[in-house]
Amino acid sequence: MTAINLQWSDRSILLLRQAAALPARLVEPLMVVLQKVLGVARLPWVFLLPNLVVIALFSVLPVLINILYSVTGSDNLYPSERHFVGLANYATLLECQNYLDPSTCSRDLFWRAVGNSLVFVPVQVAVMIGVALLTALILNRRIRARAFFRGIFFFPVMLSPVVVAMTWVWLLQRDGALNGMLGSLGFARVSWLTDPARAFKWSIFVTVWAHMGFYMVILLAGLQSIPADIYEAAKMDRASPWRVFTRITLPLLKPVLLVVFILAVIRSVQTFDEIYVLTGGGPGSATKMIVHYIYETGFAVMPRNYGLAAAASLMLGAVLFVFTALQMKLSRGGRDA
Amino acid sequence: MLEGSAVKTMRAPSVWGFLARRRGGIRADWTDWVTYAYLSLGTLLMLAPVLWVAFSSFKSESNLSEFPPTMWPEAIESVKVEGFDRPLTLFKVTREDGSVVTMAQVRRVGIRAQMLDPAHPELGRVVVPIERAVPIRKFHIATENYTRLLNSADGRIWSSIYNTLFITIVATVITLIMNSMAAFALSKYKFRGANTALLVILATLMVPSTVVLVPIYLIVTELGLNNNLWGVILPVVSTPTGVFLLRQYMLTLPDELIEAARMDHASEWRIYWRIVLPLTAPALAVVGIFSIMSRWNDFLLPLIVLTKPEMYTLQIALAGYTDENGIAYGMLLAMTTLTALPLALGFIFLQRYITTGIASTGIK
Repeated sequence: MTAINLQWSDRSILLLRQAAALPARLVEPLMVVLQKVLGVARLPWVFLLPNLVVIALFSVLPVLINILYSVTGSDNLYPSERHFVGLANYATLLECQNYLDPSTCSRDLFWRAVGNSLVFVPVQVAVMIGVALLTALILNRRIRARAFFRGIFFFPVMLSPVVVAMTWVWLLQRDGALNGMLGSLGFARVSWLTDPARAFKWSIFVTVWAHMGFYMVILLAGLQSIPADIYEAAKMDRASPWRVFTRITLPLLKPVLLVVFILAVIRSVQTFDEIYVLTGGGPGSATKMIVHYIYETGFAVMPRNYGLAAAASLMLGAVLFVFTALQMKLSRGGRDA
Repeated sequence: MLEGSAVKTMRAPSVWGFLARRRGGIRADWTDWVTYAYLSLGTLLMLAPVLWVAFSSFKSESNLSEFPPTMWPEAIESVKVEGFDRPLTLFKVTREDGSVVTMAQVRRVGIRAQMLDPAHPELGRVVVPIERAVPIRKFHIATENYTRLLNSADGRIWSSIYNTLFITIVATVITLIMNSMAAFALSKYKFRGANTALLVILATLMVPSTVVLVPIYLIVTELGLNNNLWGVILPVVSTPTGVFLLRQYMLTLPDELIEAARMDHASEWRIYWRIVLPLTAPALAVVGIFSIMSRWNDFLLPLIVLTKPEMYTLQIALAGYTDENGIAYGMLLAMTTLTALPLALGFIFLQRYITTGIASTGIK
C-alpha cells in the first residue's frame, strides 16, 4: 500500500476517532474499575464481551430457535404458542410421490426451488469461474492500463443487487435497449423475462455479470503470486502456451481456485436479491431459488408458515455447513503454509 | 533479434507501429489483438448497461416511451408562435417539389396535420400529410425525473436516504469498535480460552442470515426492534472476517509498545484506544470500507424487519417500485442512479484499496 493510501486512512481514522472520542472517554473510567476488580488476566473477556453477546443473540440462539421452529407447528411467531409436531415439517417438505415430478409433491414449490437451485448453482458457478479465470488470465498479460481494466471488470461488484437487477430489467424490458438493438438489425421484439427458459438464462447471466469481478480479483492476485522465473524457465524450454497453462499456471493456481470455487458455491446457493427483483422468481416458479422459497413461506405468503421455513433453512444450512467448513479448513491451511 | 525489431519500429514511427508496440518495444502479435478485443468487448458489456440507465434517467417521459429507444436524452424541438398558448412542435417537411422546410404543427387530424411557417405565421396554415413530416429532435437533458423524485409530496425518498445513511454509518462505527476490541483481546493477551473464543467467532461464518431468517425476526421482534433501524444494525455488527483481519494485523504490532505503556501506568483501555487502534488504521480502513459496502447494499434483513414505508432503506424502496403497475420509469431510473452513485464514486477513489482487500482476505 502506498503513502497516499496511508495518508487517506490516517485522515479517516482521525475523523472516526474524533466522532468516537467522547464515548471512549466515558467508557474509560468503567474499564479502569473493571481492570482493578477483575485483574488484567480476565480483562480480555471484557473486550470480547460485545462481540460474544451479539454472536450469542444473533447466531447461536437463532440456530437453537430454528431447530425449535422446525419441530413445531402453527402460524404463531412466539415459540410458547407453538405445539410440538415432531418431524412433520420435514416430512411435509420431503413428501413426494415421484421425486422427478414436483407437481406430485405436497410442497411442490419447495421441490421446484430445490430443482432450480440444483441447475442454477452448478451452471452459474462454472460459467462465473470460467469467465473470471479467462479475464484474470488476460489481465495478467503484459497490457497497458491494467488497473483501469481491472476496475472496469470489478465495478459491478460495488453495485447493490437491487441496482443490478433494476439495470437489467430496464435493458431487457419489451421496449428496452436490447430489443431496440435487435430491432435495428431486423429482429422482432422478444419478451426476455416472461419466458421461463429465457428468464432462467438471464438470471444466470445477470448474477455472473454482477459477481464475476469479485472472483476475478482473487484469481488475478493468485496469478500474480506465481513466480515469474518459472515462466522464464518454460520459455527457455520453448514450452507451448497451452502447456504452460496446464502444467504451470493451473497447478500453481489450484489452491486459489479451490477457495474461489467454494466461496462461489456458498454465495450461489444463497442467491436471492438479484433474482427476486429481476424476475420475482417467475414466470410461475421458473426462477425461484431455495432462499426465495424460505422467504415466501416464512414472510411473504399468508398464513406465514415459520415451521416449514425453518425446516427448509436448516436443510440449506446443512449444505452450507459442509462448504463453509471446507473453506475455513482450506484458507487456514493456506495461511499456515 | 530483439534489438533488430526494436530498431525497425523506431525507424518507421507510424500510428500502427505505436499502437501495436508493447512494453519493451516488442511488436504485438495476434494474441495481443485478441487480448485487446476481449478487453474492449468486456468494457462495453460491463459499462454500457449502467451508463444506459444513467442516460435514461435524464430522459423526459415522452422520450422514455419511444421505441426504439434513443441513445442520448432527446426532446422534440418546439417553438413559441404568436397567437398560440402552448409551444408548437417543429417538423422538417418535404414539399412536393422536393425542397425541405421547417414548419410548426398546429394540430393533427388523422393522417394530415395543419402546419404553419413559424417565421411567418401570418401566411396561414397549410395541410401536410404526416408521412412528409419528420419531428426535429435535439439533445436535451431532462432533470424532471430527479426533481419530481426529490420533491415528492410524501418525502419518502428523503426518509429512505436518511435510514440508509443512519444504518450505514452507525453499523460501521459499531463494527469497527466492537471488532477491534475483540481483535485486541485475541492478539495482545495470552489467556485460557483465547483459541476457543476465536473459533466461536469464526464459526458464525457457518450461520449466514439466510439460514436463520425466522429466528432473527423473532429475536428482533422480541427486542421491540421491528420497524426500527437498530433491528437491522444489531444482527450484523459482529463480522467474523473483520475480527480475523484486525487480529492478524494487530499480531504484527510489537508488544514492546504495550509494555512501555504499562510501565507508564496506562490502563488497558487506554492502551487499546491510544496505541493499538491508531496503529491498526490500514486494517480498520479495509474493514470499514467493506462494512459500508455491505450495509449500503443490505437487502434481505431490511426487507423483513422494515415493513413500514417510512422505515424503508433505499434498496427496499427501489425494489418496491416494481410492484406498482403503471411504473413511473423516469423516477425509478433516477432512483437507481442515485442509489448506485455513492459507492460508484467511492470506488473510483478507493479502487486499489478495495481490490487488494478482497484479494488478500476474500471478504466482502
